[in-house]
This record gives sequence, C-alpha cells and structure tokens, in this order.
Amino acid sequence: MDKVVNIVVAGLGGQGVITASDILATAAFISGADVKKSEVHGMSQRGGSVASDVRFGPRVLSPMVPPGEADALVLTAEDQESAFAHLLRPRGLRIAPSLLPAALASGKMANTALLGLLSRGIGLPMDCWHRAIDQVLKPEHRAANRAAFDAARSLP
Amino acid sequence: MAERQLLSGDEAVALAAHRCGVSLASGYPGTPSTEIIEAFAGLGGRAGWAPNEKVAVEVAIGAAFCGARAMATMKHVGLNVAADPLFTVAETGVDGALVIVTCDDPGMASSQNEQDSRRYAIAAAVPMLEPTDAQEAHDLFLEAVRLSERWKVPVLFRMTTRVCHTQGVVVAAAEAPPAPPIVYCRDIPARVMIPANARPAHRRLRAKLAEILAWGEAGTLVREHRRGRRMGVVANGVCVPHALEAEPDASVLQLNLIHPLPIERIRSFAATVDALAVVEEGDPVIEEQLLAAGIRVRRRPEMYRFGEHDVPRVRRLLAGEAIPDPPRPRGKPPQLCNGCPHRTAYDAFKGLQVYAAGDIGCYSLGALPPFEAMDTLVCMGAAIGVGLGMRRVLPDSEARKVVSVLGDSTFVHSGITGIVEMVYNPPPTGHVVVILDNGTTAMTGMQEHPATGRGVAHDLIGRVRLEDICRGCGVQHVEVIDMHSAGASLPAKLAERLACDQTSVLILRRPCLLTVKRLRELEAREAAGCGQEGCCG
Ligand SMILES: Cc1ncc(C[n+]2csc(CCOP(=O)(O)OP(=O)(O)O)c2C)c(N)n1
Ligand code: SF4
Repeated sequence: MDKVVNIVVAGLGGQGVITASDILATAAFISGADVKKSEVHGMSQRGGSVASDVRFGPRVLSPMVPPGEADALVLTAEDQESAFAHLLRPRGLRIAPSLLPAALASGKMANTALLGLLSRGIGLPMDCWHRAIDQVLKPEHRAANRAAFDAARSLP
Repeated sequence: MAERQLLSGDEAVALAAHRCGVSLASGYPGTPSTEIIEAFAGLGGRAGWAPNEKVAVEVAIGAAFCGARAMATMKHVGLNVAADPLFTVAETGVDGALVIVTCDDPGMASSQNEQDSRRYAIAAAVPMLEPTDAQEAHDLFLEAVRLSERWKVPVLFRMTTRVCHTQGVVVAAAEAPPAPPIVYCRDIPARVMIPANARPAHRRLRAKLAEILAWGEAGTLVREHRRGRRMGVVANGVCVPHALEAEPDASVLQLNLIHPLPIERIRSFAATVDALAVVEEGDPVIEEQLLAAGIRVRRRPEMYRFGEHDVPRVRRLLAGEAIPDPPRPRGKPPQLCNGCPHRTAYDAFKGLQVYAAGDIGCYSLGALPPFEAMDTLVCMGAAIGVGLGMRRVLPDSEARKVVSVLGDSTFVHSGITGIVEMVYNPPPTGHVVVILDNGTTAMTGMQEHPATGRGVAHDLIGRVRLEDICRGCGVQHVEVIDMHSAGASLPAKLAERLACDQTSVLILRRPCLLTVKRLRELEAREAAGCGQEGCCG
C-alpha cells in the first residue's frame, strides 16, 4: 500500500453507517496503516443523511476525503446517492444494497454485507476484517455479522 | 513501548487527562465536546455532568484551588455561559492545573452559531493551546497541564469538530507529569477578588502572560514543516494537515500555541519564504495579529470566514481565489423520530396557532416542516425570557398566544432564572411555560442531567425535581402531564392555561424513545438490588 485509500460510507441515520465505518477504520488500523476517520455527529441521529470519511495509507494528512477523490462510495441507502456521488472519483467503486441478494440487502447486517463487497476491491487482509468485526461489535452479534460479511465477499 | 490506539480527539484528551491524574472533570454536554467526559469516566476518572458550563468551570476552579488537577469541558457557546468565572480565575490563578476545553464548530454541523473561541483567550488573557489531530490532542493536553502548573494560570484548550470527532492513531508515549499532592493552601489576597486584591492580580496575570510569550517564542509549540520557499503558510488546528496536503511545496508553520501568539517566530519564518498566507477557520485571528505586528501577509478573502475548510478549499484560498464554494448537494435533513413525545406538543401548538418562544434540543426540529411551530431559538434557556418579553409588549389578545417551550436539560441549564423572572415580573396576561421532559439530554446523545437523578455512567445520584423547583419559585399553576396516558388532553389543557391570567408551567413527561430500553435495563438491575453494571447478568 503506497498511497492513501479514500472511502466514504454514507446513508441515513440509524442504518449502521457509523458502525460500518468503525469496522473499516479498525480493519485498516489492525493492518498497521495510518488511519483517519471523520464524520460529523449531532442531529444526524434523527434519520437525516450521515456520511463518514475513512482514509488509510502510509501517512494520512487531512481527515476529510476531498470531493472527487473517494476510491469507493459505500451507500447504505440507494436514494442517498445524489447527495454523495460528487465525492467518488471517476471509475471509483460504488457499493450499494442493490448489488446484494435480497436476503442480505434487507437484513440488519446489510451494512456489514456491504463491507464484504467493499473488501473485494481494497487490499486489506481478510484476517484484519474479521478481527475488526470482533472488536467493534458486541459478542452476540459477531458470528452473524462475520457470516454476512463472508457471504457478500464470496458472491460471484 | 506504548501501544497504538485508534482514538478520536475527544478520547485522546480523556486518555491524557486520565494518565496525568486529573482529579476531577466537570462538563456540560455539547457537540463536539461531549465524548471527553464520557471517555474520561469510562477510563475510571472522576467525572460529572454539571447543570451548565458556568458551574462546570466553577467546580473545576474549586478543585484547582486545592492543588488538584482539574478539567472542565464544553462546546464553544458553553464558554459564553462560563465566561464570568473564566475572566476572574485568570486573575486569581490556580494551584493545581486547570484546563478548560472548549470545542468550536466551524461550519455549524451542530450549533446555533459559528463563534471563534480564540477571541476569548485574548479577551481573558489566558494561554490557549490547540492540537491538529488526535495524537496531538493527547500530547498537547499534557503540555497544557504543565503550563498551567508552571505559571499557576488556567489554560484554554481549543479543539474544533474535525479534531474532536476524527479518529486517528494515537500512541500514548509522551511522559505524563506526575500529579502533585492535593493540599489546600489558604491565600486570601490571591483568591478573594475584592478590588484591592484584584488590582495587583491583573498586573500579575499580564506579567505571567509576558513570560509565557517568551517561553512560547523559544519553545516546542511552534513547529516548522520546511518544504519549498515560494509559499509559506501559517496554520492552526485541522488547517495544518489540510495545508500540508493541499500544497506539497509550501512550507507550513504549525501553531499549537494560539495565545499568546509567538509573533517573532512567525516573523522569522516569514523572512524565509517569498509569500506568506494564513490558513485558519473562523475569524482572521492570526492574520489580524500578523498585520498589527507589521508582518507582510496576504489578506484572506472574506468568504473564508464562513464554514469549515477542506483540502480543495485551502487550495483555492492559497491561490487567492475568492470564487464561491461549489454547491454541495443537500442530504436529507433530520427529523423528530417517529413516535417522539415532542411531536404531540408541536401538534398542539400548531392546532392552537400559538407563538412558541423556543429553545435548543431535539425539539428545535419543531421549527421545520411538517410542524413549523417554533418561532424563536436564541440560546439555551432563552425560551422563557424571550416569551416573557413578547408577552409584555404585545396587545393582550396577541400576548395570550405566547408560550415558552424548552427541554428538561435546557430548563436545568438556564431556564430556572427565567422562571424567577416570570414570578417576579409577571405579564398582565400571565404566561405558559411548557417543559418537554423526556428524561434525557437527547440532542447531544442521551446524557443524564440533574433532573434524571443519574450520573455520567447512568448510576443513581442526587436528583432535582422540575415541579418542585417551579412550585418553590412561586409559579401559580404547576402541572405534570404523563404523555403516555394523558397526551390527548394537551390541546384542551394548553387552551385553558392560555386563557387564564396566571403563571403556569406544564411539564410534559415521557421518556425519549431512544432511552426507553436503557432505562428499562437500569431499573430492572436496580430493582434487583444491584446498581453495578455487568453484575446480575
Ligand atoms: C450553552 C450551550 N451548551 C450546550 C449546548 C448543546 N446543547 C444543545 S441542546 C442541548 C440540550 C438538549 O436537551 P433537552 O433540553 O433535554 O432537549 P432534548 O434534546 O432532550 O429534546 C444541549 C446540551 C448549547 N447549544 N449551548
Ligand atoms: S432522540 Fe428522543 S427526543 Fe430526539 S427526536 Fe428521537 S425520540 Fe425525540
């Protein structure tokens, strides 16, 4: 990894945007990279738009992903695309629930399943993801979320 | 070797405070500062929510007068509330370290104004330090403690949203100064600010500040990132990493000491570059001081006073461009949760077409569609005073439409003096105050407050009762309405109180939906005779 990877996770409050970006940032952290994760908390808890910027690499400076420089945009709500599409770089990776089978896309673990898809496009070792899921989530949710992650990661 | 941790700026401050033995932390919730107290308590530190920021600072002052290390935390507007003790504790000085953390919100992600706390450091004549990321938040907090103890002066520790809420890699390797013993030394001339004592105290403070400036000019709180010589940038806070990324060829002078500004260091830096610019969010506080000192610096176009910076914006600023920021697509605005108890109140306000002098909390969303039923929002607690002012100048038929509406946490923060005003100077038509008692400080993330009777860790502590306060003040009619069982009676009840000439307080009680589960678990544990988390399953 010789350059900074920029990812934006976005959606609506209550959809697990922050949990997903926590797992992503923790996975990058475990891999030994420099990491910055930035979001604006506050009234977003009441169902409004939420976005979280995660940057990792050898050395991360600004905590915010500059518009047009996101390598991937992970959307937990398809209809939020218009609010965040300008952050994605040309030919950047767009990850959204419509890419998942219905069972994964509609469940409570949709956010972790989206990370499973994302994990295919960015070079973080599998082991880092699993450990990150275990670190971020409560014990009773770990196994199911690992399963959702793995299922999405191994989709054809 | 200390381990790597992934921490937010707020958590990093809490870690540093804990490592250096801060004995007492007091704060009032406010985005983006709230997590400092929560994380400090989580690490085992002694921390408490105060009713408001003024009390938080006063409590911390008392601890610091005893030689203990103390911290008070708040958002930028909280420092307005705490300004009175701040200005005078600057002059009394302290025995133990006193660090007052104030968190600004450029761009107003979650605030009612965009004020710049750096002005307070200048006005109160106290030193101010500011980190640029989470690692520095940790390291610099330890410096703040050293500085405070060395000069026996309170230190303002400023952060902004993007430092508070950005997680980054933190290694807690910096040595934490060991905490001195807590011993109370009586010193009446230094601590009792009657004019005879305050006159020399003012001179003492200015002398300390001059020494701190000399120390700052020579010290490590200015850092040079030496790159090209064509462009030099002076920056603070998150603008430092923005600038380093935006212009790889520019040399950057990073200021961690914001006040007193190490102006000679900046002057020498300026001499090594062809052109000098300041990158700062908010007011041009650094720029103004450079200009006053006769340092040639490029003037920042006025538009950069507003909103927060990011890398492309800093690039435009450094290119001297004053073109408006590209429009950002608007996301979905927040709304009151479905089933939120506040909704019932706004339905009633709308139905009765009242003028609602409002306040700050989740319930501020009542100003937006579909309700559009809150008329004013100024600052915490203002609902009552503003409502009373409206009542006293409007003709009677209009005055009778005015209600004041505020949340339970806001009421305790600064609504109580409004009740005193209502009893003392009652408008001829009386007045109606509606307290939306959802049993929490929901807006900032469900913190406890004095009327919930629970502490930072949701443990049972002392409790004040809203109805007792209002009755004790002499309000003529005080009524608690259980919104579970009697919510439907609200419109009729409100109409009745508006029609009479009495002073009334209606307390609408029903927990915030997002706290119900937590409350149920806590109460079950307590009923089982055990308040300990993790015990009793
Ligand atoms: C002086 C000041 N301190 C803190 C804040 C941050 N803040 C905004 S509203 C609020 C309290 C909200 O609690 P409450 O009044 O109970 O209403 P709720 O959100 O629960 O509906 C706080 C702490 C502020 N805006 N101003
Ligand atoms: S968080 Fe609580 S108070 Fe805020 S909108 Fe939701 S239910 Fe209402």
